[in-house]
Amino acid sequence: MTTTTLAKQPAAADKGNTVPYAARIDHVSKSFGRTGAQQHVLEDITLDVAPGEFVCLLGASGCGKSTLLNLVAGLDAPSAGAIATPGGRPALMFQEHALFPWLTAGRNIELALRMRGVPRAERRAEAERLLELVRLKGAHGKRVHELSGGMRQRVAMARALAQDSQLLLMDEPFAALDAITRDVLHDELTRIWRETNLSVLFVTHNVREAVRLAERVVLLSSRPGRIAREWQVDIPQPRRIEDAAVADLSVEITEQLRGEIRRHGQH
Amino acid sequence: MASTETEDPATAPDDGGTTTATATAGGRDTAGDLAGLEAGLDALESRVVDRQPRLRAAAAKALPPVIAVAIVLGLWQLAYHFELKPHYLLPSPADVFGSLRQKWLEGTLLSFVWTSVSRGALGFVTSVAIGTVLGLIVAQVKAVRAAIGPILSGLQSLPSVAWVPAAIIWFGLSDATIYAVVLLGAVPSIANGLVAGVDQISPLTLRAGRTIGATGLAGVRHVLLPAALPGYLAGLKQGWAFSWRSLMAAELIVNAPDLGTGLGQLLEQGRELQDMSWVLAAILLILIVGIGIELLIFAPIERRVLRSRGLLVKG
Repeated sequence: MTTTTLAKQPAAADKGNTVPYAARIDHVSKSFGRTGAQQHVLEDITLDVAPGEFVCLLGASGCGKSTLLNLVAGLDAPSAGAIATPGGRPALMFQEHALFPWLTAGRNIELALRMRGVPRAERRAEAERLLELVRLKGAHGKRVHELSGGMRQRVAMARALAQDSQLLLMDEPFAALDAITRDVLHDELTRIWRETNLSVLFVTHNVREAVRLAERVVLLSSRPGRIAREWQVDIPQPRRIEDAAVADLSVEITEQLRGEIRRHGQH
Repeated sequence: MASTETEDPATAPDDGGTTTATATAGGRDTAGDLAGLEAGLDALESRVVDRQPRLRAAAAKALPPVIAVAIVLGLWQLAYHFELKPHYLLPSPADVFGSLRQKWLEGTLLSFVWTSVSRGALGFVTSVAIGTVLGLIVAQVKAVRAAIGPILSGLQSLPSVAWVPAAIIWFGLSDATIYAVVLLGAVPSIANGLVAGVDQISPLTLRAGRTIGATGLAGVRHVLLPAALPGYLAGLKQGWAFSWRSLMAAELIVNAPDLGTGLGQLLEQGRELQDMSWVLAAILLILIVGIGIELLIFAPIERRVLRSRGLLVKG
């Protein structure tokens, strides 16, 4: 693996894609509550995710990162600004696996395929292929409760991939996993992202995770959420969470994040 | 700190700064290593479910109720023996059994049971059809819910026997009266069960459904209904209990020669003849049919649904 070219080719080039972005967040604001007693959660966020790009949204609690993800997913509407996802409805992964417990692992994936309009005859094989992609060959007939936390998240990843969307949104998908499993899933996600032409918008509050995974880390300030700073991460993939370069950048970003949090205690 | 122990997710440091067991100085996992590591994790974390042998499990389950019934019969026999009440008021278990046997030999026993069970089943099936549609509308349409939701749950506390006089005035002494009472008893609890089932669905499940594009009718069919199934089943079970109760109340009162004789009518005839062992035999039959249908039909379905979702806790 160390001999391969580590810089990822821009996906737009090999797809002949004419749209220069997988998601465009254009001056988006979001507030909740009645006029007068409004809570501004997001303020004037402008962010493009390029085709094939892996972007991590980083921020402390209350910075509205999950809200932003919901807006991009189309589950909620922005109060101002516009969001465009030219690749169709984005796929979304949550912190909980959110698999349907009345279906087997394979059927969960097949339901997503069915909703996408894949003919019945092809669903089974496609589900098997996706399970193999997340290295869960043979788990088609397993019930969700029979799987470990890490396996459930991988099935959830396969279900998200079954949507065949250009854009994968991930809302702290590994936050509830133990450290070793999380580490393995980081490797898996990186591998799958490099094998597909997927653009990923990944929300986390874990600085190391962000630096481990992303090509670009976007730090949000809290209440209201604004883009505080961005970092390009040029460390070659595959990275390890314990790499010195990952640690160095993490220290720098953590300092900035702490500064953002400190500002809230000053008044 | 090359710890090989899997950390509890609750105590795992948030910055993920834990070295993993496979970290070697400067080395990188090849794809094969990663697959191997993952396979190891999967194997370690998958639970092995062992099941008791079926026959022994069934025997262990059946024993306590059998003992309880034997004790009740014993106490009953003692009360009869010491004549706590005159024998015509408190017959022995053997007398009641004799009553049942006589009806059996006359060849009428099964037809009484069948008359009631078929009425109960028809009433129940109709109630399911109406209650399901009603429940779905109440659960999904806010205005309807605000308007009739409280009434629907209030109706559950109204004993369905209260409908009997009204039904007789509307429909006379007919089958229609009996079915009207059964429906009024069962429909609210089935509808309420479905509403409760829908309310218990986690918002995340619904979000996940919308994310994969299961919206509108597809969402109802593939996400909403299956997710609500446990609550819905509980409602169906209660709906059957209410159907059966309402049916007995109706049969007790709606007594006409041209209507078939069900268990309720059998009970009423026993009262008219002042035949206590006949009355007790009829009560026993009503109880047995009620419990039997619960055990033979609803309990296995419920167990299967809960087990397949990992909701059935052992022990």
